[in-house]
Amino acid sequence: MIARIRQALLALLMFLYGARRRRRAARESRRAASANGRGGRIVPAGAPDRRAENVVIALLLIAALFAAGFIFLYAWYSPARSPNQLLGVAIAGSLGFVALALAVFARRLIVTEELEEDYPRESPAEQREIAQLVRDSGSRLTRRRLLLGAAGTTGGALGAAALTPALSLGPLWDTSPLFASPWRSGRRLVDAHDRPMLASEVEPETLYTAFPEGANPEELASPLAVIRLQPSELRLPAGRAGWAPQGILAYSKICTHAGCAVGLYRKPRFPAVEPGPALVCPCHYSTFDPATGATVIFGPAGRPLPQLPLTIDGEGHLRAAGRYSGPVGPGWWGVRSGEVK
Amino acid sequence: MSDPVLDPVRFVDERTAAAPLLKKALRYLFPDHWSFLLGEIALYAFVVLIATGVYLALFFEPSLAKTVYHGPYAPLRGREMSEAYRSVVEISFTYKAGLLIRQTHHWAADVFMASIVLHLMRVFFTGAYRRPRELTYLIGLALLFTSLLEGYLGYSLVDDLLSGIGLAIGYGVLLSVPLVGGPLGVLLFGSTFPGRGVFESRMYIAHVFLIPALLAALIGAHLALVMARHHTQFRRDARHTERRLIGVPMFPGQAPRSLALMFAVAAVLFLLGGLVQINPIWQWGPFEPWFATNGAQPDWYLGWLIGALRLMPSFDVVISHYTVIPNPFWGGVAFPLVVLLVLAAFPWVERRLTGDRRAHNLLDRPRDAPNRTAFGVAFASFIFLVFAFGAADRLYVLFDTSYETLLTIFRIAIWVVPAILFVLTRRLCRELREDDRIEEDREAAITEAAEQEERLLAAGRSPFP
Amino acid sequence: MRLRATGALAACALLAGAGIALAQPPDGVVGPTREPPSASAKLGHEIFEANCASCHGGLGQGIYRPRPGAGDIAGAAPSLYNVGAEAADFYLRTGFMPLVNPHAQPTNNRVLFDEKEIRSLVAFVASLGHGPAIPHPEPARASLAEGLKVFTENCAGCHQIVARGGFVTGARVPPLQGVDATEIAEAVRIGPYLMPRFSRRQIDDSQLNALVRYVLSTRTPDNRGGWSIGNLGPIPEGMIAWLAALALAVLCLGLGRRLRA
Repeated sequence: MIARIRQALLALLMFLYGARRRRRAARESRRAASANGRGGRIVPAGAPDRRAENVVIALLLIAALFAAGFIFLYAWYSPARSPNQLLGVAIAGSLGFVALALAVFARRLIVTEELEEDYPRESPAEQREIAQLVRDSGSRLTRRRLLLGAAGTTGGALGAAALTPALSLGPLWDTSPLFASPWRSGRRLVDAHDRPMLASEVEPETLYTAFPEGANPEELASPLAVIRLQPSELRLPAGRAGWAPQGILAYSKICTHAGCAVGLYRKPRFPAVEPGPALVCPCHYSTFDPATGATVIFGPAGRPLPQLPLTIDGEGHLRAAGRYSGPVGPGWWGVRSGEVK
Repeated sequence: MSDPVLDPVRFVDERTAAAPLLKKALRYLFPDHWSFLLGEIALYAFVVLIATGVYLALFFEPSLAKTVYHGPYAPLRGREMSEAYRSVVEISFTYKAGLLIRQTHHWAADVFMASIVLHLMRVFFTGAYRRPRELTYLIGLALLFTSLLEGYLGYSLVDDLLSGIGLAIGYGVLLSVPLVGGPLGVLLFGSTFPGRGVFESRMYIAHVFLIPALLAALIGAHLALVMARHHTQFRRDARHTERRLIGVPMFPGQAPRSLALMFAVAAVLFLLGGLVQINPIWQWGPFEPWFATNGAQPDWYLGWLIGALRLMPSFDVVISHYTVIPNPFWGGVAFPLVVLLVLAAFPWVERRLTGDRRAHNLLDRPRDAPNRTAFGVAFASFIFLVFAFGAADRLYVLFDTSYETLLTIFRIAIWVVPAILFVLTRRLCRELREDDRIEEDREAAITEAAEQEERLLAAGRSPFP
Repeated sequence: MRLRATGALAACALLAGAGIALAQPPDGVVGPTREPPSASAKLGHEIFEANCASCHGGLGQGIYRPRPGAGDIAGAAPSLYNVGAEAADFYLRTGFMPLVNPHAQPTNNRVLFDEKEIRSLVAFVASLGHGPAIPHPEPARASLAEGLKVFTENCAGCHQIVARGGFVTGARVPPLQGVDATEIAEAVRIGPYLMPRFSRRQIDDSQLNALVRYVLSTRTPDNRGGWSIGNLGPIPEGMIAWLAALALAVLCLGLGRRLRA
């Protein structure tokens, strides 16, 4: 056993020594070639290396095998029999062995020349000639400024005309959709299955998502976060008396920072030692205090969540009692300057 | 008498008269340094992106029309979803090799961006952007930022939970642009987010045609400019000068190496695509505007923006009843614009500060320009810290360091750490250069002493006094 | 007999063990002086007085204004009347209780009571009023699709869509891969710490079964794409992408070094 290892090592050493000698020989022959004016060659001749050729051929054939394997796996594909991983390994193996073959090819079978040349320089004569060419060409023009102005005007107008059809994309300067909301006074709150929500079913310590009855739930102003707090805990801003019957509050579920869903409701199990109730957005962790009208208590949001006034009808269903306290979703230039419609 | 090599060349030259140009191109010289290949990684990742992207475009359905899933994946059966999302689930589950191509496309995008950043750092720290290559550099920056947008759109097209949330944030950032943000948002989305489905097809045409075409044009211009002015080089010995370029010709020396790199890049990307799962959209489920998932993240190359959005304190700039600057503007628009501006202006600012207006073909080693290197390290660390904070919520889950504590630490660290690194890096560069100088002096002295010794010996005198 | 045992335990709690037991529960809990052979509410009461009473009150009536107790910790905890076996079972089996510091977030700690002690404590707490019993979810036949939907609508915001945990302002949200079916059902109904509480009207029993099935399935999600790297999305993906880019840069190092060889 040990003898065999020694033999193998010896063989390896001999091989490496041979390789080095071959390389040296190649270098010498190259030097010789360049010495006699490269013998009419552009690229100097190098010594052949049959062993490297064999390696490259072998690597290429292995790559071909992998590629064939990929075709085979594809033909027999089923997620269970030949999943993604096998397909990936097959094609990557093929590509990888081609890369290897090319690397050996580049290193052992291509004469690597080191050449010199000058960096390109500027051409002052040509520069001047071009400038002169431009100037000389205008000898018949007398009112250059006016011509340039006319051309510029036409260019601008034509460019604007070319861009105009792009306005069909949407209204050019219309922010009214940003103020729109499907919530109208009297509209019922329904859950994700279109069932009207009963005030008596809204429990404390949890979060409900509600939508306007008969409206598109995917409109940004549609989804509401509905929660119930003790009426005595509420400290809503002035002018919102009666917006939260029985302590039931409805806020837009869309964060006023960047438009994600405020889908996290934290509520203390034991308020004496735990953080108070809050609505939290999971994108940048803006945190809103529902008791005070969803004012921002943590995170980057710049505005409270818009609140929707609620009322309870004769059947005990929750209905909107008016419009949002402000526009829904992320802020823009005019977000504080208009009323929600 | 036919010649298998000469005949095709003659055929081409007869019809194009391109032989002189072709000969010049084949003997274009590549200077010998590994770091010049970093840009090629990006180039070849782009090639893989185009190839896999074309395949995906054949099966992707750019429509937000509602449908119900009845495919093989049990957790989604019976769920209402968009055609776009359904088609990507189909690509992942039904089409042979679809998942491999999809994952490879996504990995290629991630690696593409990473290699662009590596390439940019090499160019910055060696001063390769200096005259006469400012244009090449600016086009490179344009490529980086256009690619950010391209990647974001690809991520957003799928309409899965994460991509929908990402798009919502993009909408919020768009709206926050002073004055024009609101109308622009309405114009592009056709209404408010998520719009009436028109935005999906707009994103699609941008992602598969407009921006790739722009990228291809920019890459072409970038490479053309590189070839026009030739590569920069390091001064490895006295032969390398500002006027004289030393390198390996494109053919036959460079071509097989470059091709080897191309195949290696493709191999790595397909290996990742096969073995490492990326963006398993079937696990995220479809998007609705009222759905949320914790720690929603964009792909890594937009992580610096989410970090900046999260680091901002809560305020909108309001004058009378106009919200002049809504909060997301700072992290989502101002921050990347400032980074772009600083990088773009850097060659001219440096020129003014150092007074060095010459053209440079020789590269600096980082230590040769201590101020530039120190600034680069500080600037990169600033961006990296903002980027790292984008993952602070996950750090909390992993290491139990509270998010609020991390927020405070990072709000300080993003200013303090770069300042410290600036001073340290500058000192390190100066000391390294000083060491070099001492070493050079020592060698010069030894050479001089040896020469003197020879002279004395030649004159028949003892070198020992 | 009962008085004596209680008295002995109280003395034990006050004099010897309480400081250790309450300030540093990981060091161990205070056991009863004499081990009865089987679980019972009576044994539960003894253990309760020794280990829980300084925060929950001697009769489980709760302490609402933090007051100095053993160690330097001000004891405070909610009343246990009407919480039922459900809550006691959840808090004890997850190791949420006993809690070192009443202001801290309860987390999955080493469970300090053995099976008999837990059953006794649960029986004792269940005897305080009329609370819900331990739920018995049956996830096996529930719909996975329904589960994913209910989870997306109610849980993913905090727990992440594949239940890998996350952050909500003020608290760390635990990942759910180590949680068993009963604990999931209990947590949904109780709402421990800052988590909302979902009643049967919001998530009915069949939906709960589906939810439990989905959460259990997140231990082994369908990772047909290969190595899952944690099912977390872009953060680990970005790390792998950078590793790949750096590996390719190293390859350049090999390919680029040629003339000097």
